[in-house]
Amino acid sequence: MANDVLIEAKTVTRILPGIVPTTLVRGINLTIGSNEFVAITGPSGSGKSSLLYLLGLLDLPTEGEVLIRGRATAHMSEEERAFTRLSTLGFVFQFHFLLPEFTALQNIMLPMRALGRIEQSAMRARAAELLGALGLGDHMHKLPDQLSGGQRQRVAVARALANNPPVILADEPTGSLDSKASEQVFATLREVVDTHKKTVVAVTHDMGLAARMDRRVELIDGAIVAEEAAHAES
Amino acid sequence: MNLVLDIAWTHVSSRARQTVFAVAGVATGVGFSIMMAALMEGSQDDFMRQLINALPHITVSDERRLPPRQPAETVYAAAEIHGLTPEARRKGIKNPLAILASLEAWLPGAAAPSVQTKGILRYASRDVPATITAIDPQREPKVSQLATQMRQGTLASLYRTSNALILGDRLAEKIGARIGSNLTIQTPAGSQLNAQVVGMSHTGVRPVDEATAYALIKTGQIIEQQTGIVNEIRVRVREPLQARAVATRIEEEIGYKAVSWQEAHEDLLSSFTIRNIIMYTVVGAILLVASFGTYNIISTITHEKARDIAIMKSLGLSERTVRSVFVIEALMIGVAGGVVGFALGYLLCVALGSIEIKNPFIDANRLPLSYSTWHYAIALAVALVSSLAAGYLPARKAARVHPVDIIRGAT
Repeated sequence: MANDVLIEAKTVTRILPGIVPTTLVRGINLTIGSNEFVAITGPSGSGKSSLLYLLGLLDLPTEGEVLIRGRATAHMSEEERAFTRLSTLGFVFQFHFLLPEFTALQNIMLPMRALGRIEQSAMRARAAELLGALGLGDHMHKLPDQLSGGQRQRVAVARALANNPPVILADEPTGSLDSKASEQVFATLREVVDTHKKTVVAVTHDMGLAARMDRRVELIDGAIVAEEAAHAES
Repeated sequence: MNLVLDIAWTHVSSRARQTVFAVAGVATGVGFSIMMAALMEGSQDDFMRQLINALPHITVSDERRLPPRQPAETVYAAAEIHGLTPEARRKGIKNPLAILASLEAWLPGAAAPSVQTKGILRYASRDVPATITAIDPQREPKVSQLATQMRQGTLASLYRTSNALILGDRLAEKIGARIGSNLTIQTPAGSQLNAQVVGMSHTGVRPVDEATAYALIKTGQIIEQQTGIVNEIRVRVREPLQARAVATRIEEEIGYKAVSWQEAHEDLLSSFTIRNIIMYTVVGAILLVASFGTYNIISTITHEKARDIAIMKSLGLSERTVRSVFVIEALMIGVAGGVVGFALGYLLCVALGSIEIKNPFIDANRLPLSYSTWHYAIALAVALVSSLAAGYLPARKAARVHPVDIIRGAT
């Protein structure tokens, strides 16, 4: 279970302004530790993705706050939030969201180049290593269009791991894949937790997959209604 | 390659056709700007050159700018004088030779005396009023280009006969006179003088060529009916643009009115200023229109790449970085358009310069063009600034995209 606290949500509420304000999540208290595999589940419109975006600093809470490694983020500038995402968080979305003109290798190098901490040759070597580790060593020079859905999603996972962040946030990572590809991507995420010792927080409506993760947080109408350790069946 | 440059290059190169059109738009603007600037400045320089060459840089006349101070004004602080009749002065510059000597001591150039008078030239029953400039043929080459502007005869031809005249070629054409023609000068005092045409000049400035005749100083003094009169000192300075300052000093030192070529042609010079304003406005408008193409392509790219922008921002690229991507794309178009525009502008200038104009009334048989690196630099600077502005607006909008909105939309 959790060791160091990586992400902490303190009574986080997000209300979309409008003629009729919409509450996406309310009063969320959640702590994510290191080397966890957490599933956020719930019916459509329950606020799963909204919570993930708040945890990933892609959105700002209306009330409450999100702490990343104990550091408050509410008053961070846009640049600071961007840097925190770049260095501490990795994202995987339902759709692969790879840059279409860049090869698999170049897509994985993108966050490394943005961070600029290592030499170009080291970036290339790490990107190739990640692709090899995820079974895509033969596809590194292919464009996203030349890869299957499952392969693209695994490239997206590799990209999320590029800067070696402690946390990967995945929004329905298997949502657009068939069962075989879903299984491959899930296995990859499991490997990220078990082998790379990362924390993965995944939004999913697939209760079967959620049950195979280490911990499950269930949301209904934007509020956490259940939080339990799942049975590990990986 | 830098990440921002890499992404920017990928975007513009993956839209080759749109990019080519945007670059062509900027290149056309830059090219035509260079051509227009070369043509306008070339014609202006050519005209100025002719103007400066045709006329003395400074003309000192026997007039004064202000009436002489009355003794009462000198003695009393507030004297009011009524019914004053101006003093009847003897015409001409007093002690012209002494003044010439004092000027030549410091003048950055040369000075020559002359008699400026008027008369009606009568030949073959044609009467044409003319300005007669009576000169010293030996000193004249120091203050004007007349010696080199002689079409027929030389300045020394004025010594060939008494009352010899050199006519502006258009003036000669107007009255039908040729070399050797004997004509009559009707003087302002009403007397008549027989004269012979010994030469023809051509300055290239129409008003001068069609209304000026040159004679010896002695002839001018006869026309003015005043022995020894010199009513004008003509000055040529080594640096024509200093003429105004030199004229001011001359006026301060000798008291007579000294008019520089700039002052004499202030109306023309101000019209050049207006012409330049019009030119740069048109050039600016051309480049502005070209920048619409850049705006269009950057807007299209940012619209098409909304998802990529969301990806980049979600990965952790800052707003500034995302904005830089699109600004650099606009600059790439601007730079490429500028470089192609340089070539286009140069070729247009060469093409224009090669057009032969068969006009018997002007000297130049080709369009005067001015080749200046400034034209290129200004056109490129305007193209880059307009491209930058055209790219910045959509780039700023793109950078402000909320990634969650795009991600939600995609899912």
